[in-house]
Amino acid sequence: MSAGTKAWGLHLLVLALVFLAQFVLPSYHATNLARIMVLAVFAMGYNLAFGYTGLLSLGHALFFAAGLYGMGLPIWHLEVAAFPALILGLLAGGVMAGLVGILALRTAGVSFMIVTLMFAQAGYLTLLYLNSWTGGDEGFVVARSARVLFGFDLASDTPRFIAAFVLFAAGLLLCLWLVRSPFGRVMVAMRENEERSRMLGYDPFRVKLITLILSGVYAGGAGAAYGLLFGYVGGSFATIQYSILPMLYVLLGGAGTVLGPFLGALLMFYLIDITSGYTDAYFFVVGAALVALVLFAPKGILGSLRERVLQWLP
Amino acid sequence: MLRVEGITAGYGPVTVLRDLSFQAQPGQVTCIMGRNGAGKSTLMRAIMGLVPVQSGQILLGDAALHTLPAHKVPLHGVAYVPQGRRLFGPLTVAENIDVGLLTRKKGLHRREFVLDLFPRLRERLDQVASTLSGGEQQMLAIARALCLEPQVLLLDEPSEGLQPSMISLIRETVLRLRETGLATLLVEQRVDTVLRIADKVAFMAHGRVEHVAERADLTADSTLFQQFVGV
Repeated sequence: MSAGTKAWGLHLLVLALVFLAQFVLPSYHATNLARIMVLAVFAMGYNLAFGYTGLLSLGHALFFAAGLYGMGLPIWHLEVAAFPALILGLLAGGVMAGLVGILALRTAGVSFMIVTLMFAQAGYLTLLYLNSWTGGDEGFVVARSARVLFGFDLASDTPRFIAAFVLFAAGLLLCLWLVRSPFGRVMVAMRENEERSRMLGYDPFRVKLITLILSGVYAGGAGAAYGLLFGYVGGSFATIQYSILPMLYVLLGGAGTVLGPFLGALLMFYLIDITSGYTDAYFFVVGAALVALVLFAPKGILGSLRERVLQWLP
Repeated sequence: MLRVEGITAGYGPVTVLRDLSFQAQPGQVTCIMGRNGAGKSTLMRAIMGLVPVQSGQILLGDAALHTLPAHKVPLHGVAYVPQGRRLFGPLTVAENIDVGLLTRKKGLHRREFVLDLFPRLRERLDQVASTLSGGEQQMLAIARALCLEPQVLLLDEPSEGLQPSMISLIRETVLRLRETGLATLLVEQRVDTVLRIADKVAFMAHGRVEHVAERADLTADSTLFQQFVGV
């Protein structure tokens, strides 16, 4: 069996298992899984930039928030329907990433990280400053009547799960196709050795900008879907925490692996969910888990698995 | 023909190449020799646009390479294999070659050409590049550069750290490429290799080409080797 067949087979199997999970999981966990799928799409976008192309960003909260507000504001102020609002959110993430990228990609490494962080903080402060338009720190609730997509009420458990699943499946399969495509190889080449890539005729700025825009589209799509599925748009989603979370998901699951962001989001979500039931200092446990990860599996769970056993894992 | 005309280049305030001139002809192997610090690798990097040229010009046909951004130089037909190979380690042999083929949109024909040149790579297409031996990595680095179908090939010490059988293979490959009309610029420290494959030898010192000799005029005990390389 070829590596490609194995890769597509594994990812379709994972999708089938996730889809079937809604029939066996209690409602609480099915809702959690819907949330995890959306966050995993956010992390997949982060993984394209960081895991495959080597762009260590601390600004992805801005792209997520662009999607969230790009969807929410037209619904709130203009009573736009859910589907066009979703598309607007998706585009807002890509456009925001493009604008940030045009400036930030003139730097590299730690400087890139700091510049993206500054853009994200500026975005967050702008949301607070324009509170009469954005709802400020409190944000706003997306009315249940507006959360209807193709006749399905996204506030109900089953349509919400299915909508999250469709987004997740599309994101996962597109990501798999992309990283196996010629452009995906160029992304990895850029991460491994930018100068060598340039010597083969690739323009690093162009490749990185395209990647960052794709990453922004993922983040924007996730943000828009999050607001639509869970009915809330707020400034807290633009804070640095939402730049760090996708990074943690990717590092835990395995940077540069297609399934890593989902696995990382799943484990991190439940690690926080369970430990927060016992202590307020749950981030201490998260920190300890990450220290253990760095010590024993620095390439993340699936990255280590690929290194040792499954070399064909994309 | 590649013409380097009176270039001065360096890193920031440090000038490494001073008023350096020479030519590389199609179908010829031009070896560059000189002591450490003479500016051999800097010359390669200046041709590729990786070191800014402060004055002078680098011409390939009608193209003024010194005016181009670095990523456009390969698109004009100059390929570079740097010291240390620098492969894309996590990609397979096939994927490394594909990355080389993409920019100039070279297809299956070119892929077959480079795999015929290095049959051992054909046997290892699905192997991850970082797990290849040193010699195989060098083959892949050269194969990937040749995917660009260059007019000029720059090789920076390709035999460094390789076992004798691999060095012979690299030599044979350079000679085969010469027959295709490729202009090869080879930085090399091994006198025996230079004497076997060079058409011309450019001796560098202090950032200049101080002397250019025809291969026929050189022998292993030539004073030029002692003077410029110290052997």
